[in-house]
Amino acid sequence: MGLTITEKILAAHAGKKRVEPGEFIEAKVDIALGNDITAPLAIEEFRKSGVKKVFDRSKVVLVPDHFTPNKDAPSAQQAKILRDFAKEQNLKYYFDVGRMGIEHALLPEQGIVGPGDLIIGADSHTCTYGALGAFSAGVGSTDLAAVMITGKLWFKVPETIRFIYRGKLNKWVSGKDLILYTIGDIGVDGALYKTMEFTGEAVSSLSMDSRFSMCNMAIEAGAKSGIIAPDKITLEYAKKHCSLFQPKADPPLADTVHCSLPTSDPDANYCEIRKYDCSKIEPQVALPHLPSNTKPVSEVGNIPLDQVVIGSCTNGRMEDLRIAAKVLKGRKIPSYIRLIIIPATQNIYLQAVKEGLTEIFLEAGGVVSTPTCGPCLGGHMGVLAEGEKALATTNRNFKGRMGHPKSEVYLSNPAIAAASALKGRIAHPAKI
Amino acid sequence: MKFKGKVHKFGDDVNTDEIIPAKYLVTTNPKELARHCLEGRSKNFARKVKPGDIVVAGKNFGCASSREHAPLAIKGCSVSCVIAASFARIFFRNCINMGLPILESKEAAKEARQNDILQIDLNKGEIRNVTKKRIYRVQPFPRFLKRIISFGGLMRYVRKSDV
Repeated sequence: MGLTITEKILAAHAGKKRVEPGEFIEAKVDIALGNDITAPLAIEEFRKSGVKKVFDRSKVVLVPDHFTPNKDAPSAQQAKILRDFAKEQNLKYYFDVGRMGIEHALLPEQGIVGPGDLIIGADSHTCTYGALGAFSAGVGSTDLAAVMITGKLWFKVPETIRFIYRGKLNKWVSGKDLILYTIGDIGVDGALYKTMEFTGEAVSSLSMDSRFSMCNMAIEAGAKSGIIAPDKITLEYAKKHCSLFQPKADPPLADTVHCSLPTSDPDANYCEIRKYDCSKIEPQVALPHLPSNTKPVSEVGNIPLDQVVIGSCTNGRMEDLRIAAKVLKGRKIPSYIRLIIIPATQNIYLQAVKEGLTEIFLEAGGVVSTPTCGPCLGGHMGVLAEGEKALATTNRNFKGRMGHPKSEVYLSNPAIAAASALKGRIAHPAKI
Repeated sequence: MKFKGKVHKFGDDVNTDEIIPAKYLVTTNPKELARHCLEGRSKNFARKVKPGDIVVAGKNFGCASSREHAPLAIKGCSVSCVIAASFARIFFRNCINMGLPILESKEAAKEARQNDILQIDLNKGEIRNVTKKRIYRVQPFPRFLKRIISFGGLMRYVRKSDV
């Protein structure tokens, strides 16, 4: 029996020839990540252990991105814990406001994570890096503390569900729509404890930005990780980013590719195989209050909106901003709607300025914010009032997720979001 | 380990935003977090819960965020144990790692009602619904996890076995 890409990466990091689903292993971790919500707890645990130094100063990454720029005094205090620890441990990768980006956009961009890596992060959307062909899973703060000390962590080898996306994508359909459609199909626990391996010609045709959105939301189906085998597009991305940031990338990408671009064997063991015909998939919207509550945008009906957010670790990348700008260009949003656009990293922000996208957003009546997770989790920069409705390109629409418990969140791709901002209600970009 | 307590019953897919909304994540103090525990599902839970009480829920309990503040808030309420039809995986990890007892049992979770009295024997892997006079057997934890639990959580395990 052959192995899946996930089993190969896990085996390589556990020093084994092969691993089986269900097996418990201890594996070496290439990169461990924490943010301003989860790292303070990990640092507290680290300090209690009496250990003085992290296992490797270039493998522990801290990104205060959730409530930063600090939203209030208590969150400033939390962020300060990271800053002080990063200084004390002389961490190679610490990103404060001004360099900071949303962690799951920032790490790939900076060439810190690459194909074949084993990455853990005390953030549930750590599964994003699976788009690079890495095993990448969200864990808790205590897990992060243990890795900071030992460089290793326990894992249960997950079963893999293979998803095959056939055919060509319809216009306005992106990786976000494929993953929303899939979660709508299998439910919020449809891949519980499992890996979602995304394959098929439609996935091969996706840009890296779209692949990141797709793997990012694997957690919303309960998955341990999402993964796309590295191909030409992955390599181009990795080469560009790692050579671009070669002086900063340590170890350089070549050394972090443990499995020399792993792919799943043809006779690999999948617990389930699901096939989708992409010609039948329209842009999707997830209605309140679960990401699995999806409908094609044409069936959503008349939903008036108070706010639209374009950004987050799911959809705050260049491709997302470009398509939003394409829809918004030369148009104005109605005066009663708020459009908040959040480039995910400083580089994306700068690029958006250079390409004239920020000008388009501002002229349309939107605001462009510094990178932050902010409104996605109801932190700051666009919290909702009672009874308000928002459409967001984020990843969760639970009750009260963006603010008041009686507010509502709808999820979509950035093109739908931009079109909806213009119409003041959920709308298809082809209809503006 | 044995516990006895009153049931606080919840439904399916209880997410971490409901267990502890993000606006409270500016502290790591369990007692402070406990004041808002599960307020997304039940406004009164934090006020009503007594030390030793048991949280019982449907499928996919603790889904979404990795925030350890969620099990920490439950622990802060001095809840003795969480029983669910199934758990989201990061939440499951967090509980094992911080030593909050959790048990997976579809039947026990389905049949228990608000205010039922449960008696739990972790070593035997047994849930006894005293009110309904029913006994449920629970799949014991795999050996690897038992080892972490027997050390009293991941940090103790790490300190004793690796450093």
